[in-house]
Amino acid sequence: MATRLDVNKTYKLYVGGAFPRSESGRTYEIADTKGRFLANAAQASRKDVRDAVTAARKAQPGWAAATAYNRGQVLYRVAEIMEGRREQFTGEVAVSEDLSSRNAAAVVDAAIDRWVWYAGWSDKFAQVAGAANPVAGPYFNLSVPEPTGVVGALAPQSSSLLGLIEVLAPIIVSGNSVVAVTSQDRPLPAITLAEALATSDLPGGVVNLLTGQTDELAPILAGHLDVDAIDLTGMAGRDTTDLEVLAAENLKRVLATPDTEPDVTDPPAGPRRILAFCETKTVWHPKGR
Amino acid sequence: MRPPTDRLADALHRALLPLLESELPLLESDMTSLVLPGEADLSEVTASGSALRRFLHGLPGVDQVGVEKRAATLATRSIKRASKVQALELAIGMVDLTTLEGADTPGRVRSLCAKARIPAPGYPDVPSVAAVCVYPDMVATAVDALSGTGIHVASVATAFPSGRAHLDIKLADTRNAVADGADEIDMVIDRGAFLAGRYGQVLDEIVAVKNACGDAHLKVILETGELATYDNVRRASWLALAGGADFIKTSTGKVSPASTLPVTLVMLEAVRDHAALTGEIRGVKSAGGIRTTKDAIRYLVLVNEVAGAAWLHPDRFRFGASSLLNDLLMQWHKQATGRYWTSNRVTID
Repeated sequence: MATRLDVNKTYKLYVGGAFPRSESGRTYEIADTKGRFLANAAQASRKDVRDAVTAARKAQPGWAAATAYNRGQVLYRVAEIMEGRREQFTGEVAVSEDLSSRNAAAVVDAAIDRWVWYAGWSDKFAQVAGAANPVAGPYFNLSVPEPTGVVGALAPQSSSLLGLIEVLAPIIVSGNSVVAVTSQDRPLPAITLAEALATSDLPGGVVNLLTGQTDELAPILAGHLDVDAIDLTGMAGRDTTDLEVLAAENLKRVLATPDTEPDVTDPPAGPRRILAFCETKTVWHPKGR
Repeated sequence: MRPPTDRLADALHRALLPLLESELPLLESDMTSLVLPGEADLSEVTASGSALRRFLHGLPGVDQVGVEKRAATLATRSIKRASKVQALELAIGMVDLTTLEGADTPGRVRSLCAKARIPAPGYPDVPSVAAVCVYPDMVATAVDALSGTGIHVASVATAFPSGRAHLDIKLADTRNAVADGADEIDMVIDRGAFLAGRYGQVLDEIVAVKNACGDAHLKVILETGELATYDNVRRASWLALAGGADFIKTSTGKVSPASTLPVTLVMLEAVRDHAALTGEIRGVKSAGGIRTTKDAIRYLVLVNEVAGAAWLHPDRFRFGASSLLNDLLMQWHKQATGRYWTSNRVTID
């Protein structure tokens, strides 16, 4: 019997629900932690960022208009699809992060559980963060958190799957759409996540994933005037003054950079990351008699 | 350009016989074009219905595959940054900012006029648009809002967009718009008559409307989406030019498909050949369906390559559009500031 030829996967970007190559045609080599070649990944360019933001902007109103309950259902569905790809995730996390397969499997379980954890928040965070405010007049005064719009996100550099989900899920659960730059050197689980997202019920464009050089893409996202907020987690420990100056031009919400990459093994204490990308709307309504 | 084959030369020659009594040598010509040297006039072909029909049906057929291929090839041309800024400013200056809705109000027309004067407040480098295009009953409002700016007021007329009305009503429609101050009239041809082969009737109507226009420029809308073939587009173009159109315009914007690159290519060829034949320069207006800067720049490339650089001027090429201007402004800002712009910073209409 003839030797079977290898069928290797082409790792591409995830933009607007489709899997395009980089507009620039560039790719870069992905190696494991010991420097051995794993795959070529698409190296996103300025125009890929532009296209991703356009797709995100287009998808956002429809996603935000879905009921909170429905968004929670859709996110739970993503977790279901991930569950079916657990072995693929485990393999990729193991080579990307140099973990034993048992440890990698534990990370994947945690990642899926985290997705479910955030899915559960969809119809609850507004009750935690919203309020019926007592005011000195005959009015109902209600504050509710609303999604800010299109969010740019720099995913953590070392935690390739769990860290990415810890960034992505809280952004979209409230009705934002996101353009995320994946871990620069460990992007493979992110692309597999994109495949899970594409086959779930999440509308195309709500999540857009770009693989490439974080330093090249971050200023473009931070300076883009059609991006409403930016999560700088992926720049942990680095000086982000320039990015914050760029972000100030259109008053982006900035989730400030931590000194070290946050440990995301356990779920956070509350919906802090969700609320970081929400704006509070306050409504005054006459009470009548 | 490649020299024409003998067969092509013969075909062109035969086609042009009704037009020219004397035999003229043919210039080098590309496959889809009709270039004539020297000056002549079209009065002979418009003298009678049968001469007109002979002329229009004697025009060389359009090579559909060829024209689509050429338009597609030109659309792939890469425009570098310095040229892009120039193209953006040129395109903004070529826009006929249009609102043709049943729900148009004087307030909406006035706000459109304000945008036409200063498309990008705070950025004096951005030129104002060429014209504002409205329904006849809104002309007075637009004229008032644009007085002293040099921006033209264009009005659709002649029972736009269908053109299904009696001639006296169409003429009255035109005269009213001109009386209110419109200096450009966008008329629609009677597609029913054209498709039925009553070319003389279409021509007479164009001539009559041209007379009713007085000093106002006349743009003749061919509504190419209803003409079905490129051959018909070429015939209608020549018909409109013979009738005295200052511009030939692709579409009303109310019919799909509206303006396309190949159709515009055929019309540009007609205008170019008409200029070569008669020495008179006429313009082309592409309207409907052009929404992005990328599209607009493709049209400019087409104008430059087909008609020539002389046509890259608001007096000779126009975009009939509303949402296109916003995209042009966003791209202009991108080029000026290096940062991607947001639709939140341009007006909705």
